[in-house]
Amino acid sequence: MSEDKSIKDPLGRRGFMSLLGKMCATTAVCSSVASVALEGVAAVAKSTPAKAEFPPAGPVPEYDWTKHRWAFGVDTTRCIGCLRCVEACKVENDVPFNPHDFRTWVERYVYLEGEDKPHIDSQSDPVNIAAAGSPHDYRFSDRYRNAKVTKAFFVPKLCNHCENPPCVQVCPVGATYKTPDGVVLIDKDYCIGCRYCVQACPYGARYFNEETQTTDKCTWCYHRITKGLKPACVEVCPVKARIFGDLNDPSSEINEFIRSHRISVLKPWTGNGPHVFYNGIDSEVT
Amino acid sequence: MHTFMHVAPFIASPFRGYVYPNETVLPWGVLIVVYPYITGLVAGAFIVSSLYHTFRIERFKPVARLALLSALAFLSFAPAALLSHLGHPERSFEAIWTAHWTSAFAAFAYVAGFYAILLILEIWFAFRVDIVAMAQTARGSMGLLYRLMTLGSYDVSERALAYDRKWTKVLAAVGIAAAAGLHGYVGFVFGSLKAREWWSSDLMPIIFILSAVVSGVAVLVLIYVVSSKVRKAAIDESCMTGLAQVLWGFLIVTMLVEALEYVEMLYRRIEGIGMIEQLIAGPIRIGLAIQVLCSLIPFLIVTVLLARNVRGRALIGWMSISSVLLMSAVLAMRWNVVIGGQELSKTAKGLLTFTPPLWGREGVVWASTLLGGSFVFLWVLARLLPPWEPAQMSE
Repeated sequence: MSEDKSIKDPLGRRGFMSLLGKMCATTAVCSSVASVALEGVAAVAKSTPAKAEFPPAGPVPEYDWTKHRWAFGVDTTRCIGCLRCVEACKVENDVPFNPHDFRTWVERYVYLEGEDKPHIDSQSDPVNIAAAGSPHDYRFSDRYRNAKVTKAFFVPKLCNHCENPPCVQVCPVGATYKTPDGVVLIDKDYCIGCRYCVQACPYGARYFNEETQTTDKCTWCYHRITKGLKPACVEVCPVKARIFGDLNDPSSEINEFIRSHRISVLKPWTGNGPHVFYNGIDSEVT
Repeated sequence: MHTFMHVAPFIASPFRGYVYPNETVLPWGVLIVVYPYITGLVAGAFIVSSLYHTFRIERFKPVARLALLSALAFLSFAPAALLSHLGHPERSFEAIWTAHWTSAFAAFAYVAGFYAILLILEIWFAFRVDIVAMAQTARGSMGLLYRLMTLGSYDVSERALAYDRKWTKVLAAVGIAAAAGLHGYVGFVFGSLKAREWWSSDLMPIIFILSAVVSGVAVLVLIYVVSSKVRKAAIDESCMTGLAQVLWGFLIVTMLVEALEYVEMLYRRIEGIGMIEQLIAGPIRIGLAIQVLCSLIPFLIVTVLLARNVRGRALIGWMSISSVLLMSAVLAMRWNVVIGGQELSKTAKGLLTFTPPLWGREGVVWASTLLGGSFVFLWVLARLLPPWEPAQMSE
């Protein structure tokens, strides 16, 4: 359904994101080509005069939020650390292009021979920023090229849209709230910018947007999923490491993912009840 | 492991180990250090005034009304620190009209508002005789102001004064609970967050209340000494010894509970303890050294002062030094909690090092201005309502 919609509107941003996803899928190993293309997207997105109000305001009439129960899956055994998801998210959601504001990010865990603790970094690591050439580009450096790696994997991170979100609990005005379909949102016209929610999130999923002077975080691209589309990061992932769907739909991809893998969640002891389900992480991932 | 200084459009803190990307900009800076500090001064100063107004401990009479004005001056500036921290201060009233009750922050306006009303009422009762006297003598706009402040009540008969005293006593008693509530709530803001290992503790509200009293009594000692010197008025030694006793008692319990907090955290050897140890040995080591030394040294000084029943200039001099040290210790404690908690990454695998900016809304200059502003406001209040007892009037 999402594919049809986006193809009908090839000039729109969403259409472009969809095309981009396909492009990425075909050029997964040729990351430099995709990178150049993505820069093009960013440029188009920023220069297009017809750019609609963003994020699109107002409810979607045909969408019934009592009929869905969204959830997210991350298959770390598939992630190749290409960081297309990070870049797509920044473009799609107007996240400031700097190395400390992210709605989603990717962590790399590398175990070296003779060591029992992993070396961990993300795209924000200075070595990786240097490798990318600028804080506006994202790539993992080949810093372990000459090391003896015994185990390594990537872990995409994002808001866990918890069952009992501590961020919602601590908001003094109720600007951040949980929708009936299981998504935690922020009303940026209501947020007073106290940053208590940033403190309360154990996953570091929230950041303070200096431009809007309000808190921001992943919404699972609520403006897209309520229209039947997938979140931008899921759309562009070339290896299907990110899975999104409706728990209410037994045949959805997310239900299939949960059924067919031994999944875990991050920091379960917090009692938050995260709704991002992981496959293939070890206990060092927090 | 490596250290790196970001070159970023706004302040990102250097880190080592692994920290979440969004953590490199600390959500709370020096303003949130100053906010609980000023609130603490309110609580401490108020409790001294209640020792006289409620418990009728006569030796505190010379500072009782000064303490009330000090509490009001500090209470007036505590919200300023919070407000200037907000991204949208113009929306702050939403926290009152549409308060989200599961949030500890939502209670602030109500707790502080209740306390402010109570404090202003108590000040009115405690100063009513003076207000009436000044309304009858002052001319011009000041006369009008005092006449307005009488609220039309010019009755200073013995019966009316007894009524005033009764109300002052009740308000001061309720105020002790309100002061403890106001500051205990500030401790809860930090202690209730499970996301931060450094904050998440049941002892946090208790530590905040106890240290608040210490800093509040210390600041009152300084205000009393400085104002007396400026006015060339005598300092009541019995009052000063009384303040030393209060300070000594609260200091012992504060140091014990704070030590307990650290010992428990280290003894439990929870996951990530290695990083906690590195935090103590690293980013907050100076703050921690100030907190410990500036608590222990005044404790020893005050112990000697009380044990040897020191009087005169020596008592006043050493009490002033102790007070300056204790105020530094409590400020350092606020820093160690607020900033230290954020320097310890939520990953439990990394540390950040925060250096506050000098200028700007979150800068040291603005935070100091707010702190200094409360003292200026106290000066204005003391001009408007001289809190000095007749015996203390300058020659």
